[in-house]
Amino acid sequence: MATQVFKIPESFRKNVRYSFCPGCDHGVAVRLVAECLDELGLTENAITATSIGCSVGLYDFLNVDSIEAPHGRALAVATGVKRAKPDKFVFTYQGDGDFASIGWAESMHCAFRGENLSAICINNTTYGMTGGQLGPTTLLGQVTTTSPTGRNIEYYGYPVKIAEHIALSDGTAYSARVSLDSVANIKKAKLAIKKAFEVQLKGLGFGFVEILSSCPTNWRMTPEQAHERVRDEMMQIFKLGVYKDITV
Amino acid sequence: MSHIVIDQSKCKACYLCVKECPKNLIKISEKTNNLGAKVVEFCDPGHECLGCAKCATRCPDLAITEVYKG
Amino acid sequence: MVVECLTGTKVLMKGNYAIANAAVLAGCQCYFGYPITPQSEIGEFMSGKMQQLGRAYVSAESELAAINMVIGAVSTGVKAMSSSSSCAISLMQEALSYATSDQLPVVLVSVMRGGPGLGNIYPSQGDYNQATIGGGNGDYNIIVLAPSNVQECIDLTYKAFYLAFKYRNPTILLADGLLGQMMEPVEFYDYPYPEIDTSSWALTGAKGRDARVIRSYAPLETDQCVYVDNLFKKYKLIEENEVEYEEYMTDDAELVVAAFGSMYRNVKSAVKICREKGLKVGAFRPITLYPFPSKRLSELADRVEKFLVTEINMGQMVRDVRLAVNGKARVLFKGKAVGAMIDVEDLVEEIEKQMGGV
Repeated sequence: MATQVFKIPESFRKNVRYSFCPGCDHGVAVRLVAECLDELGLTENAITATSIGCSVGLYDFLNVDSIEAPHGRALAVATGVKRAKPDKFVFTYQGDGDFASIGWAESMHCAFRGENLSAICINNTTYGMTGGQLGPTTLLGQVTTTSPTGRNIEYYGYPVKIAEHIALSDGTAYSARVSLDSVANIKKAKLAIKKAFEVQLKGLGFGFVEILSSCPTNWRMTPEQAHERVRDEMMQIFKLGVYKDITV
Repeated sequence: MSHIVIDQSKCKACYLCVKECPKNLIKISEKTNNLGAKVVEFCDPGHECLGCAKCATRCPDLAITEVYKG
Repeated sequence: MVVECLTGTKVLMKGNYAIANAAVLAGCQCYFGYPITPQSEIGEFMSGKMQQLGRAYVSAESELAAINMVIGAVSTGVKAMSSSSSCAISLMQEALSYATSDQLPVVLVSVMRGGPGLGNIYPSQGDYNQATIGGGNGDYNIIVLAPSNVQECIDLTYKAFYLAFKYRNPTILLADGLLGQMMEPVEFYDYPYPEIDTSSWALTGAKGRDARVIRSYAPLETDQCVYVDNLFKKYKLIEENEVEYEEYMTDDAELVVAAFGSMYRNVKSAVKICREKGLKVGAFRPITLYPFPSKRLSELADRVEKFLVTEINMGQMVRDVRLAVNGKARVLFKGKAVGAMIDVEDLVEEIEKQMGGV
């Protein structure tokens, strides 16, 4: 008798269809979030503050109560939700531009306050929805539509290392960087997301996961080449690992 | 018997699953779905599927909807 | 500093404390704010009181964050607010546009100071346009209530929470540095409005129902048109039902002096003096700046010869008066950018001049 080892998570809306580009890792990341919500039994008690960019469609995919936040303000909105309803499970799912550029103040101060929230940040080194412009995490040398000869220090400065910064805050309970470049790493990513959710459930403070993801469309690569780039270029600069975990 | 279920209407032809399958049981078919994608199909005449779910774990579009092992 | 808010007794209280106390009595569960003169007492009071009552208080990292925290809190159906001033209210414009589109009962207290830019901390009414027109994107309206004394700071704070929830629309209490800082005898009373049921829209977790989404984003052209049309049906209801104004001796007035907020205090005194001198003059004060009492002003314009609009700004409400009067009467303006209200004597002199002298 065969046992089912994979199914579409219950936390998805019925007949869910993603609007992401072919090969985009957002699809995997959202599924991991849904699997964690399922496994921790959080779906019916969860409220998410959504963000702007490719991550905006979360409310079309997850069967979770959602409030739309202006660009970069997801963690401020989430703070309002959590302070009003401390018994709810509150999380955000944001891109790197939303989290670490326009929303840097809101994100960092959420960590400084030690808000009992969980935040997932997709780092794909570009502004995806607007067509692949230079973002806070764009790597040195990376060509984008607004760094036509590659990111140089003189004009653009350095990429932001998000998980390391979040880990510096006393209010952070958990901060990790994971990758979706391989099945093995996808499995590790799920464990990290679960951990970021669990620290909230235990009331320990801010839980954060930065997820290195591919953007084949804007990188002008095949999905497979894009994963190679995550490994060969991104993971060399953005090192995977757990940067803070107060539970160990 | 281990096997997978593919919802071909969701396939966007990224073919990451094709590369992922350790037994090369996922093929690019000649069929095109309403997204214009030449979809993948599961071909396992020799019952080699391991039920490892690597394909479903990798699929970014929830097109591999079920995996059974055993 | 925690001031006890006893109901039913007369107390001498500063405008900012009156607003904060009234918000607590109205059932405000969450306060989010960032300090700025001349309204900092509101946040100071709330920091102690909300903790004492086990309610939520956050010293936000910016006004931008503060107003977005209010959005988050009210999306769950609870009463929540922020307070700020002028240049910092500018930072909130994006969120206010979102809150109108998301139909969220945000309550914001705006205690005006001098502008533009950093300006100064003297009283001003220079943010009439900021409140009633706003700097956010798209077609939207925010309900704006303007008190003219400290008792009204209480009355209209209560009303701000009520209207915000009744219409699921952001509401601004527009005070100024004078009202915020001055002390007057006031009396508190229990929140006089019915509690509005939020169960049809508030986010509570998708238990036993499909998930709810509070959003303004409609990717399709037609969807967005329908959505905004519906918002404007709501604004029409607000305009039909919620206009509030005060009139003084307008029955036979040939000239009506119009002012809002604290400026109206001197206007009323000047009109009294002019009446004693036998001048047929009246006073008019919009209490709701949106919805603006255009209909009533238009009726008055059928028999009033002149309107004299006085504001502590360079002429903002005067435009709404002109639109309302629509050429039926002359509309004059007397104002200044910032500082003390225009003196009663100066107003009397101006009225006499406009009425041909006595």
